[in-house]
Amino acid sequence: MSDGPVVRFGETEFGRSKRRTEGLLRLALAAMTAAMIVPLLALILYLVIHAWPALNIEFLLEVPKKGMRAGGIWPALVGTIYLVLGALAVSAPLGILAAIYMNEYARDNWFHRSINMAVINLAGVPSIVHALFGLGAFVYAAQFGYSIIAAALTLAIMTLPVIITSTREALNSVPQAFREACWNVGATRWQTTRAVVLPNSISGILTGVILEVSRTAGETAPIMFTGAVFYKAVQRGDLFPYGLHDQCMALSMHLYTLSTQVPGVPEALPFATAVVLLGTVLSVNALSIVARLWLRGRKRW
Amino acid sequence: MTVGRPQRAIRPLWAVLGERALEVLIRLSGVSAIVFVLAIFFFVFREAAPVLFSDRFSPLQFMTSAEWYPTSATNVRYGILALIVGTACVSGLAILIAVPFSLGAAIYIAEFSGPRVRETLKIVIELLAAVPSVVWGFIGLTVTSRILVDLTGAPVGVNVLNGGLILALMCVPIITSIAEDALKAVPDVYREAAIAQGANRWQTVHRVLLPAAKNGLLAAVLLGVGRAVGETMAVLMSTGHAVHIPGGLFDSVRTLTANIAAELGEAPAHSDHYRVLFLTGVLLFVITFVINLTADLVVRGVRRER
Repeated sequence: MSDGPVVRFGETEFGRSKRRTEGLLRLALAAMTAAMIVPLLALILYLVIHAWPALNIEFLLEVPKKGMRAGGIWPALVGTIYLVLGALAVSAPLGILAAIYMNEYARDNWFHRSINMAVINLAGVPSIVHALFGLGAFVYAAQFGYSIIAAALTLAIMTLPVIITSTREALNSVPQAFREACWNVGATRWQTTRAVVLPNSISGILTGVILEVSRTAGETAPIMFTGAVFYKAVQRGDLFPYGLHDQCMALSMHLYTLSTQVPGVPEALPFATAVVLLGTVLSVNALSIVARLWLRGRKRW
Repeated sequence: MTVGRPQRAIRPLWAVLGERALEVLIRLSGVSAIVFVLAIFFFVFREAAPVLFSDRFSPLQFMTSAEWYPTSATNVRYGILALIVGTACVSGLAILIAVPFSLGAAIYIAEFSGPRVRETLKIVIELLAAVPSVVWGFIGLTVTSRILVDLTGAPVGVNVLNGGLILALMCVPIITSIAEDALKAVPDVYREAAIAQGANRWQTVHRVLLPAAKNGLLAAVLLGVGRAVGETMAVLMSTGHAVHIPGGLFDSVRTLTANIAAELGEAPAHSDHYRVLFLTGVLLFVITFVINLTADLVVRGVRRER
């Protein structure tokens, strides 16, 4: 106290160094965040620039020609749509019902916890193991052969956790008081779910379904050995080229074969395929995000 | 006057029965996740079992030999050591690169950024996580490998480093979003207590939040490891195709997952080769199962403490 002037309420050396470290670290952390995002944007830009010469509406509608060295991606595009719709038809109802069970019916006991655990594990199983499962179970054991149905079922099981998780989140966001009010007028559990919980969460559930579409469209490994095929002759612009028991082409598979199996492909073709696939997946995903933000904005409770 | 039982609205029989049926359906769907996990193990193991118990195959050689000659006419060997090492190298490198960046990004998003920036970054990360693995593989094959060759003069661009980089880019969004959730899960009273004692943001993060969220962060890293080990298309396309134990960062390798994807199409159905590939699948299933279980237990440990 006695030696030197005492500065009250001013910044001490300790305080200054504290602030400096914080500023530096803040900058470092922001730089790390940027380091994660900038390369991606650069890569996407690179893809688009290289794809540009081939990207037009003809590319989407035309079939591959000259042993895939020219032409477009129509059969692959349609094949992906078939697979996504097939997978969705199975996994959406199953996943939504499973989520209803987990959120509305199950009590918190070991059984419920093991279901939870199973969902987490299902999400963590490598995609190639799903492919092996699809091959062993659907192609051989169920004797669907290499077909759209086997591939779609494999995809459905693979993406089930996505839909269960997002549906549970949507159901969980309905306030408990809503349910209690409904029980108090004598409604059963299902009546409550149908009349109160589902109407209040249906938009969130749909968001999850959209998210699942984007996940399904991008998968390659699970369909490689169950139903997707290297090449299939299809008429230009034909909307119904495949039957349920046919094999089909798919965008993701097409990108893989085009870039690794076919020699002498003009560079723009695989780049354009990659951009179409990436664009499809990201725009569907963005749609689900926009829907979610919009819903959050107009929530009434 | 007798007091009757209270009047009760009678629902039509079909409604009651319909509801019962629907509830049975809901319960069945509820257990479907368990059924599917068991079914995956069952069907993959079923295809693998005949070779596992046959005398043409030795489990010891399978795990410890680096000789993988599945299609050799005279000297068939099924040793996956080189593939295990390949998986370990590529995913280990990816995690080494990804963890600092994703934890840094998670801390920035959770604690340093304003609400608008946070929302934007979270959306970007969600989109990043949605990029299909085959697109990552394509980028690894055509873009980053060329950049690597230009920068380092390596003879081939598709090597351990390239695979590690691509996998790191893929893991970062997952680890970041889970780690950010873990940081957000720390109760606000912890932050308030730290601020009340005069701690600034960084001191709060360093001394209070990181210790409090350490299990959640560990789980995030573990899930990233699980993703890296199980990733197929990206490593298939970006690591080259040499089945040998890599001597350095610029060697080509093959991972367990890529090996299945590369060879399953050529292995005749129900041959030994085919069954050994399924056995590799069983191994992968077990590895990721253990990783996920550990991550879940780690997170649960946190919940119990609180």
